Amino acid sequence: MMFMRGNAACPGCPIPRELDALLEVTGEKTVLVVPASCTTVILGDNRGMPSKVPVVHSAFAASPAIASGLKAALNARGEKATVVVWAGDGGTGDIGFASLSGAAERNEDILYVCYDNEAYMNTGIQRSGLTPFGAWTTTTPLGKKERKKPLPQLIAEHGVPYVATASIAYVFDYQAKVRKAKDILGFRYIHLLSPCPPGWRYDSSLTVEIAKVAVETGIWPLYEVEKGKFRLTSISKTLLDKKKRKPVTEYLKLQGRFSELTEEEKGTIQQEVDEMWEWLAKMESSNS
Amino acid sequence: MQKISARNMVRAMVGNHAVAYAVMQAKPQVLAVYPITPQTTMLEKLSEYVETGKLKARMIRVESEHSAMASIYGAAVAGARVFTATASQGLLYMTEMINWAGGQRVPLVAAIATRAIASPWSILDDHQDFVSKRDAIWIQMMAENVQEAYDLTLQSFKISENQNVLLPVMMGFDGFILTHTMERVEVLPDEIVDSFIPPREFNLVDFTDPVGIGPVATPEDYIFYRHQAQRAMERAKGIIDEISREFQAISGRTYGTIECYLCDDTEYLLASMGAWTGDARVAVDRVRSRGIRAGLLKIRTFRPFPKERVRDIVKKVRKVIVMDRAVSYGSGGVLASEVRSASYGLDVPIHSVIGGLGGKDVRPLHMEKALDDAYSNALEDERWLL
Repeated sequence: MMFMRGNAACPGCPIPRELDALLEVTGEKTVLVVPASCTTVILGDNRGMPSKVPVVHSAFAASPAIASGLKAALNARGEKATVVVWAGDGGTGDIGFASLSGAAERNEDILYVCYDNEAYMNTGIQRSGLTPFGAWTTTTPLGKKERKKPLPQLIAEHGVPYVATASIAYVFDYQAKVRKAKDILGFRYIHLLSPCPPGWRYDSSLTVEIAKVAVETGIWPLYEVEKGKFRLTSISKTLLDKKKRKPVTEYLKLQGRFSELTEEEKGTIQQEVDEMWEWLAKMESSNS
Repeated sequence: MQKISARNMVRAMVGNHAVAYAVMQAKPQVLAVYPITPQTTMLEKLSEYVETGKLKARMIRVESEHSAMASIYGAAVAGARVFTATASQGLLYMTEMINWAGGQRVPLVAAIATRAIASPWSILDDHQDFVSKRDAIWIQMMAENVQEAYDLTLQSFKISENQNVLLPVMMGFDGFILTHTMERVEVLPDEIVDSFIPPREFNLVDFTDPVGIGPVATPEDYIFYRHQAQRAMERAKGIIDEISREFQAISGRTYGTIECYLCDDTEYLLASMGAWTGDARVAVDRVRSRGIRAGLLKIRTFRPFPKERVRDIVKKVRKVIVMDRAVSYGSGGVLASEVRSASYGLDVPIHSVIGGLGGKDVRPLHMEKALDDAYSNALEDERWLL
């Protein structure tokens, strides 16, 4: 176990398991670069460290740039190691977006993992650019009016060698993607949907269930884009037929953050998921 | 005039190229620079060195100054010697990471081509950008001319990486006035620089003994680290002077935290920092020729501020006239307030003369007038050269 028990995560938080699953694959020669986020707190103070690998803490907007320099220094020293940025959705898609895009454009040899809990959870559940439409947060008390920023697509558009989505409910799929990404030279990006019990308003025993239903309803498709080739992975491959996808209400009803949605808004969400799957079908067929 | 060592080469270089040349000789392994006037020609020269293989380093062409400082911070914690350069808005944009690097006490060198801060826009020189970083846990030094910019750049790496210091260093030099002016520069041979700045040995990213770098600190730890930083700053004063002596041995040129000109019998002391110190020297000579015993205190190290040495000089004079190119609005000239603070309890009036903001021309004439007015008790506590 590379990421130890006894850390400061909330009950039901998937982050320690997500980190451990990552480190199981990347091994001891990994450096984590972590911007301000829940993980900053989970890693705790300097009196102990729940991680068996070096961790470089970073200012909110800086992690892709810090990782770029770090990798350059390791190269200069002839040290082979995987540099992993481990960042939340705010640090990735909002305040950190410029440096993320810069590192992607320069094709830096780093693995960037965004654990997306869809709001600023560390500061107490404020909306981010990656909060989905309709979700309650403390700064969208009547539900968010805007859509979620499509981050994996935006990074893929940079033409980087590897982009993937993942879910903690499908650990083998996630680890297979990390394994593939580890050995690719250049910028690799993995976007993990990371449910949050206090922020999403659900019982802490349901984390894996919610992560699973997100995939089954099609809200969170699992795919990878390798050297420009798009491919659905794991059970998402079987969901191109709309009838095989569970209705999105199955996902929404499990969480308090969607409890005030009107039927019309739920319809909007279903419609957008269906439209996304039409796009996914096109992407999938373009490679066959 | 100092003796020119036969082995030194004399060249004509603009300030930006002189600093780039010193950086090349210091052999950093990672550079990250974002273009901003008036630093840009330095970035271009460094890019040329890297592309032609004269400097074996990774040049990270970042998308912002924030990322420039972040990149070299990341490289520095992993053991590389690093460099960046910026100015004005770039320095402000970089500020979060400037403090981040200072807080972790990571050896870094940044050259700052000083420039006024917007708004309104000005690309010309003053010191507002540079002095605004005074609380960021960085050593800050200012060069008077192109030779000093070259020499201080070399010394910066050695000071920053000294095991009793371990603080980032900012080498300031006046935008355009030095960055774009061609002067005579004596450069040291590469092998002399190599022995002066040996390869760096500092590395925080260790896979056999992994640690968290910059984690959350408890209140007890936080204030302890900050106290350690203050102590490192205090130690740095002596080490800067020590490294200056080492540098003198290889170059014949004297450095240190301050420099004093005609100070032995001075009654009217002009204090300054940066490029206009040359003009201040002219002003001092002129009033001396008329029988007024004037002298010059050049402040080279702004942080740590050499309080004790400044005080020792101030206590022997009748009046001090401080030239300031930066203002703490609502308080006054920044350097003047530093000199006043160093002179606390001494019965010596400290006058503040503020000028040169946004590139406004200041000449020896203005300084001469200030000295004459101080002599005839006609100088205000604070005078703006509008």
